[in-house]
Amino acid sequence: MHEVLGYVFPNDLHILWSLMIVLYPYVTGLVAGAFIVSSLYHVFEFESLKPIARFALIASLAFLLVATWPLLLHLGHPLRGINVMITPNFTSAMAGFGYFYGGYMIILLFEVWLVYRKDIVTYARRSRGLKQWIYKLLALGVYDISEEAQQIDRRAVKFLAAIGIPAAFLLHGYVGFLFGALKSNPWWSTPLMPIIFIFSAVVSGIAALIVMYQVAMKLKGLVIDRACIGTMVRWLWLFLIITASLEMLEIITLAYEKAEEWEIIRQLLTGPLALSYIGIQMIMGVLIPFILLMIIVLLDRNMGDKVANTLSFTAASLLLIQVFAMRWNVVIGGQMISKSLAGMRQAYRPELFGRESITTAIFIMIVPIVFIFVAEWLLPMFKFSEEQTRKLKETADYSKGYTE
Amino acid sequence: MKDLSRRSFLRAAIGVTIVGATSSVISLFAPGKLKAASAATDMQPGGFPDGYDPFAHLFSYVIDLKKCIGCGSCVRACKKENDVPDEFYRTWVERYQKGRDRPVEIDSPDGGLYGFPSSTAGTEGVSKAYYVPKMCNHCAQTPCVQVCPFSATYLSPDGLVLVDGERCMGCGYCVQACPYASRFLNPRTKTADKCTWCYHRISRGLRPACVQACPTGTRMFGDVKDPYDPVRHIIDTERIGVLQPQMLTKPKCYYIGLDKEVR
Repeated sequence: MHEVLGYVFPNDLHILWSLMIVLYPYVTGLVAGAFIVSSLYHVFEFESLKPIARFALIASLAFLLVATWPLLLHLGHPLRGINVMITPNFTSAMAGFGYFYGGYMIILLFEVWLVYRKDIVTYARRSRGLKQWIYKLLALGVYDISEEAQQIDRRAVKFLAAIGIPAAFLLHGYVGFLFGALKSNPWWSTPLMPIIFIFSAVVSGIAALIVMYQVAMKLKGLVIDRACIGTMVRWLWLFLIITASLEMLEIITLAYEKAEEWEIIRQLLTGPLALSYIGIQMIMGVLIPFILLMIIVLLDRNMGDKVANTLSFTAASLLLIQVFAMRWNVVIGGQMISKSLAGMRQAYRPELFGRESITTAIFIMIVPIVFIFVAEWLLPMFKFSEEQTRKLKETADYSKGYTE
Repeated sequence: MKDLSRRSFLRAAIGVTIVGATSSVISLFAPGKLKAASAATDMQPGGFPDGYDPFAHLFSYVIDLKKCIGCGSCVRACKKENDVPDEFYRTWVERYQKGRDRPVEIDSPDGGLYGFPSSTAGTEGVSKAYYVPKMCNHCAQTPCVQVCPFSATYLSPDGLVLVDGERCMGCGYCVQACPYASRFLNPRTKTADKCTWCYHRISRGLRPACVQACPTGTRMFGDVKDPYDPVRHIIDTERIGVLQPQMLTKPKCYYIGLDKEVR
């Protein structure tokens, strides 16, 4: 039943943490990454990111909503999970998650509310029926949208976005720490683990936004803002370089030190994990997007909008796969090594149907998309892009860096 | 697992954890010690069978590798005594075979449950062969207690690492944290499971099932707080080793004649 290479402890034959535990850091990473993009606009005032700032916040919230689902689905007794909040054991890296998650949720909810408050109030006055009730509920009884009130809102948003950055890093760095702090597993136990998790989170978040923004613009028939994509591509390239360097540093250090654990990790990476580590994570996921992003950044001026958008879409999609592969190789790969360091399990394949199956994972990834559609129905996120498109159509000038 | 006093012990342990920042900071570095010590003030003695007082004992385990014949009696006894699910082991036996010109061959078919068949690679060139019984080491500084999100696994005053099956939510973090792979997630109860040194037996003055079943006296169990205990004498006077000492988990399972290949 279990394919084994070398000697594996009898209790190590089972992959305990399944696809769900791969998905959990992946979704958390998307949350953190999307938030960083919105903060680049709100705090660091990158004006070119304006078309996507509102959307990035909603996307971040959408993924945050489902971030705990894979965990709960994995637990043997999910109802007891609440004990983590009531009687936490502070020496446990896992016990903090509820607090980090809850705190981050509060920051994000507040920020979303403040950013969209003006619209909520406007719609609450304008609409009728069910929609009016929803807006009235969302307005929380505050209808002041005078210029002074909006000024205060903007300052509060800036503050929340500012404290949100360390919170996002904490949330995801902590997820990396969950693995990095286990001395029992040499493939996990490295101080680099939280850092790699943080940077790859930002990569996945920016990549997801590039993909979703382009799809949204196509669906709504709006122009894709070249400058916005350009800024994201530059950030993405930078974070990809950092992430890839750290990921390789980890391996190179292990290989150079040739310590006891390298014997088994070497066999793992060239054996059962060869395809997902060398093939998907490193070549398809790092090398190819790196080249694509470099082409976009370096040949920016000589490139048509369509080409640039397609290239960035391709690179971002590959990076989404890369980050997932990285989570997979960490979580599943780590469990394939036996703690005997003398052998490993050869393969793990998730089930197609069931509680911790591929179907469940797909469902969990669809829920945020549905949430985004509902949010768009309630609170249009792309008003800025709509204005841009209208202006362009009026002047019929498609040559200044915008395209349909 | 349903002893009232153990539950109250647990409650005490958790109470301490919430007491405040100070204790949690200290407990970051010495989780087991702090909880055991503070629980001592709150424990209600008398909840154990025959007035068993957990504070009067500190149990240890000694395994003499020169005596083990790999018969698997201990594994069978454990499976029967504790109703351990198939494919999982609270205790198991490994076989090591090595020689100058061949790599170390380790195996443990079905955890040694049915003993060991003849080696597939043959015995050609084998210069040394031995069996190593393994189980939970009941570490004093154990990663599993450190990582449990809400102390469902805890260090008892008599030196055991135990799991409260009614609190465990089955996250598996302790299973990942144990460097000895002695923990597993019980597919029936969906909670963490492991060797308890047969706590239900030893608290009644009996020996663990594996010790009782061992035909050669490889496995020895004793109380180091008892000055006349033979196990205490062995620990005090013999050359003994523990598994993976570099992990600094401070196991209470000691081996006589441990070889360097054994992890």
